Amino acid sequence: MFNVIRAELRKLRRPTLFFGTMGAVVFFSGLFSALLYLLIDSPQGNADRGQVISREVLALASGGVQGFANVGGFLGIIALCVFAAQTAQEYTYGTLRNLLVRQPSRMKILFGKLISMIIFALAMITISAIVSIGISAILAPTVDVSTDLWFSSAGIEYIYTTFVNVIISVVGFGIIGMVLGLLLRSPISAISFGVLWLLIVEILLIAVKNSLQSWLPGYQLSTIASGGTIDVTYSHALAVGGAYVAFSAIVASILFVRRDVAN
Amino acid sequence: MTKTAISVSDLSKKYDDRLAVSHINFEVPLGTVCGFVGPNGSGKTTTMRMLLGLITPTTGQGHILGEPIEHPEKYLSRVGAMIEGPAFYPALSGHENLMVLARLGGFPVERVQTLLEKVGLGERGKSKYKTYSLGMKQRLGIAAALLPEPKLLMLDEPTNGLDPEGIQEVRALLRDLANEGTTVFVSSHLLSELEIISDYIVMLRKGEIVFAGPIGELMAQQQPTIIAKSLKKSDLNRIVKIAKDAGHHAVIRDGAVHVLADMKWAPVLNEAAFDAGITLAQLAPQLPNLEETFFEMTGDK
Repeated sequence: MFNVIRAELRKLRRPTLFFGTMGAVVFFSGLFSALLYLLIDSPQGNADRGQVISREVLALASGGVQGFANVGGFLGIIALCVFAAQTAQEYTYGTLRNLLVRQPSRMKILFGKLISMIIFALAMITISAIVSIGISAILAPTVDVSTDLWFSSAGIEYIYTTFVNVIISVVGFGIIGMVLGLLLRSPISAISFGVLWLLIVEILLIAVKNSLQSWLPGYQLSTIASGGTIDVTYSHALAVGGAYVAFSAIVASILFVRRDVAN
Repeated sequence: MTKTAISVSDLSKKYDDRLAVSHINFEVPLGTVCGFVGPNGSGKTTTMRMLLGLITPTTGQGHILGEPIEHPEKYLSRVGAMIEGPAFYPALSGHENLMVLARLGGFPVERVQTLLEKVGLGERGKSKYKTYSLGMKQRLGIAAALLPEPKLLMLDEPTNGLDPEGIQEVRALLRDLANEGTTVFVSSHLLSELEIISDYIVMLRKGEIVFAGPIGELMAQQQPTIIAKSLKKSDLNRIVKIAKDAGHHAVIRDGAVHVLADMKWAPVLNEAAFDAGITLAQLAPQLPNLEETFFEMTGDK
């Protein structure tokens, strides 16, 4: 297993992928956090889907991680793309047969890949947390938001909790990306399907029938990152999102282990 | 200890209604170079994939280095393979691609540079795979197959895209490996190449074995031909008559008479032609080569 992880990390650390992804993480983490403060007085809202997050809310102990929690869902989409591409490319390049000749245990290949991509995702999340909290701390005083409670013991606990929640959410999105990669065996198809579902289909479905937000996978995983919403509790999102991830992972694993490698 | 590198018994693979490989049986002794030949779509790659644990056989058994093919983890660490051409990550260099496989298989990473040099990629190892020519990609595939210092090397069309010099190098490399004790199981459409390097031949047609055994045995099964040319073209038909009267099949082709007969009959033909007043300009034996034998046995030409 350790050999698989080391081999996979070699692929993940190639400069275009690593720096390209981390660049996107830095940019969007900075943007999401900055908009929270720069649009604080905007009538259109300063957060996702027109939400308004006031000065009072931002000044709470949880205020420091508000931007980081907001960007969590977006980090999930990046993870979905990376996990899907890294998995499906083995089919399109025909490299899966090389991997299986060198490591015949398909479950070891699958878990090794997953662990290496989780390590990659952890790097993404850590960078995002540093950038989000850093930008928030810089911009908050400029719009009269107090940061006194952000680094209190309660504030630190919020940072820790949000970090863990974002990890759960991002890994969940990543596993769904990996499952799509295994099922569709093409990076373009897997990424297109995943991103279209999360950014268009789920939003349309929720717009048509609001109660669906309690049951759609992408919404549950984003809710985990933000620690729960008014409409969907954290524990509900964790249970439903976890069920989606576990079920799809089991189906994809069985297929991966049993399917002939004929390309 | 087993004396066979590959042993296959009643092995079949069915895709929906199509039988890609049909109840094949063959053995490849250790330390030999075995040519695996057959027309496109005859089931060569499917067989190789079954032997490597990539696809599950529908029926039958196989053993690699004495281990059953149901447990590829027991033998793949001693097997090198390149199936259906080289396949690597385009954005990584040749060196990095081999490092991925070396790490994965737990092989010493120091072997990577040694192997790159062995296949003539020492100076291009740091270039990205996507910049490689077809021949260079093929060489990298061979280097990857050699990573485990294999006891059995399975190569699918390893000379595709190589120039004549490269083909000669691969031929020499395979022969050297066989001399060092590695069993080489190689498919190629360049039958003249296989004829030079192979000790054994496994011939497939439409998923079925046409021949499996020593190449000498295969060639011995083929009837030799006597080529006879007369000084006067008008005498060719008379030579045909002499051969046919003696009970041998004979035809005129490319300005010469081709008589299906053992070389022992050549002096008899010479004498008969002399008695008939025919002056022979050429009388020579011609053994069939692998290509002719292949086409004759597979009925593809």
